[in-house]
Amino acid sequence: MRVTFERRLRQPRWLSLAVPVGSVVFAFFVAGLVLLVTGHNPLTTYRQVFDAAFLQTGSLNQTLIAATPLAFTGLAAAAAFRMKLFNIGAEGQMYIGAITGAAAGLYLGGRGGSSVFVIAAMVVMGFLGGTAWALIPGILRAFFKTNEILTSLLLNYVAGLLLTYLIFESESYWRETKGFNATVFPTGKPLPSSAVWPAWTIHLQGGITIPFGAMLAVAVAVVVWVLYKRTRFGFEAQVLGDSDRAARYSGVRVRRKILAVMALSGGIAGLAGASQVGDFSHSLDGDPNGLQKLGYGYTGIVIAALARYNPFAAVLVAFLMGGLENAGNTLQGANFPAGLVGVIQGIILFSALGGEVLIRHRVRIARTGHAKATGLETVS
Amino acid sequence: MNNSLLIVLIASGVAYGTPLLYAALGELLAERSGVLNLGVEGMMLVGAVTGFWTVQRFHTGSALVLAAGILVAAACGALMALIHAFLVITLRASQIVSGLALTIFAGAAGLSSYLGNDLKLADQPASHTFSAVFPASMQRWPVIGPIVLGQNVLVYISWGCVIAIWLYLSRTRPGLNVRSVGESPAAADTMGINVTAYRYAHTLAGGAFAGVAGATITLAITPQWVDGITGGAGWIAIALVIFAFWRPEFCLVGAYFFGALQALAPQLQARNISLGPTVLWTNALPYVMTIVVLVVVSSGTARSRLGAPEALGNPYSREER
Repeated sequence: MRVTFERRLRQPRWLSLAVPVGSVVFAFFVAGLVLLVTGHNPLTTYRQVFDAAFLQTGSLNQTLIAATPLAFTGLAAAAAFRMKLFNIGAEGQMYIGAITGAAAGLYLGGRGGSSVFVIAAMVVMGFLGGTAWALIPGILRAFFKTNEILTSLLLNYVAGLLLTYLIFESESYWRETKGFNATVFPTGKPLPSSAVWPAWTIHLQGGITIPFGAMLAVAVAVVVWVLYKRTRFGFEAQVLGDSDRAARYSGVRVRRKILAVMALSGGIAGLAGASQVGDFSHSLDGDPNGLQKLGYGYTGIVIAALARYNPFAAVLVAFLMGGLENAGNTLQGANFPAGLVGVIQGIILFSALGGEVLIRHRVRIARTGHAKATGLETVS
Repeated sequence: MNNSLLIVLIASGVAYGTPLLYAALGELLAERSGVLNLGVEGMMLVGAVTGFWTVQRFHTGSALVLAAGILVAAACGALMALIHAFLVITLRASQIVSGLALTIFAGAAGLSSYLGNDLKLADQPASHTFSAVFPASMQRWPVIGPIVLGQNVLVYISWGCVIAIWLYLSRTRPGLNVRSVGESPAAADTMGINVTAYRYAHTLAGGAFAGVAGATITLAITPQWVDGITGGAGWIAIALVIFAFWRPEFCLVGAYFFGALQALAPQLQARNISLGPTVLWTNALPYVMTIVVLVVVSSGTARSRLGAPEALGNPYSREER
């Protein structure tokens, strides 16, 4: 007996929904096995996860806090990966966006600018900060053909060191230097009230707060969707992703496209950082065990892949992943060892990737001789 | 003389460079067979945590436990690589995304952290560690004392591995076959070489080396377990294979160079040498230098990608060649 893969001529639409859903189910199944092997009851654990993520009072609030940055990083990855430009530097671009966004908030808010103006400046500066950081690997890729995967990733570590340096190892503009607490434990300077981003409350589950950043993420999703589905820019980027040569021969300016997509992707990741400062922490968080421990930038890759690079799906998936992250933080302890969330995310990504094979190929189980006689493609 | 900054940097460059060397040698084997594995960081962390666990768990003779730790780390690294191998060789999935998935699955916020927490390995020193092989009197010899004689057995084994892999790739029939699988799988297939088997074997070997690299950190360099203890070493190792033009002997030189860069920050601090924001730039130096060297190698005269396996990153299927 032999398993064979035939290339599908037409890819059924239902599969593009069934595969991501199946991936998630499969991931929870395998992670359940990991839990069993290490002596935990998977069913009770999952029950707790679901409660902590979506059902308990206040849980949706917490889920939105994790989902907001994830929506940005997911969109950042989707925008770049679609062109097969592997920007895995969203993590670092987010830190830089937080630094520049906080700078704008502290400076302009401190000078008494109106709130609308200050917040708009923070959004723009956050975007530009992320863009600038992403353009380093972008320029290196466009002009020196340097592998953007390695450069963008290595810059995450540099950005993390810079973030920690600004709060812990220097008397920088971002650091709080006044007061007793500041001498005991270094923290970021708090934003003036005009630089704090607004939020809206829905009266459900004891009040669900929707941060401005979450709305901004939905708006960005619309922009990315329009850009890729309705404009020449997006079309050319996709052609370039599918075939470098086809794009070159049809006159696409490859370098310019790489720079533009990298700038867009990095900018969106930068917004995650600005939103982190404006919506949630209200100061620059330089703690190596704070924002840097959460790995939102890397989770964005899982989100983009599971959403099959569709921006609206990315926002939805970010919400679900936000629930998982939130549950992970809430439950962390003996029955829910840290790291389980990453295990689940990794398996989701593996199965989404394996599932792509199902979308593109039809799997047949045939007898050995038969497969050879009909000349079917054989694997293993 | 043995305390001069240069000698200390070279000696600690060899020590700190050893995990980079093991990881790079493993990645080199996988890439020579045409499989790019970006999951090195994850495989290293799993090797680091499982090797450390083995040493903490068993209480027989030190040498035996340490050897067992290394073997367990190698086996677990290979197991991680097996997932990648199945996805990219059998299912022909994207090697880039699968490697990233492996890093997320196994990495600093994934399986390695899960195991470290669940087995409660944090905040305890290793009960056995690899220490210098030669007696202290010999380590005081000028220059070669600290650099050559002051190292642990993993360093000497890594030298053996460099020679063995160099001989294997350049002087043996299977080595030639690996290279042909990496350069032109279609031609290799026509010659009767089992492309799938070669790629599986070398991807798994790569995982085993990455596991050993991780255990080198937790059992020799900083004998303890902390989440994400590798701090990006896996990524530097992947870059190292590129600078080394896919040749084991150059991996050694590159690994020690980057090992010395890692040692620079603590050495400057210990000597109270301050050059501006020293903490920041010396810590960032290994990452920045990796990027700089990557740029130099990928542009200019080296543009022809000296030594890169032709089929690197491409899945092979008979029907679509």
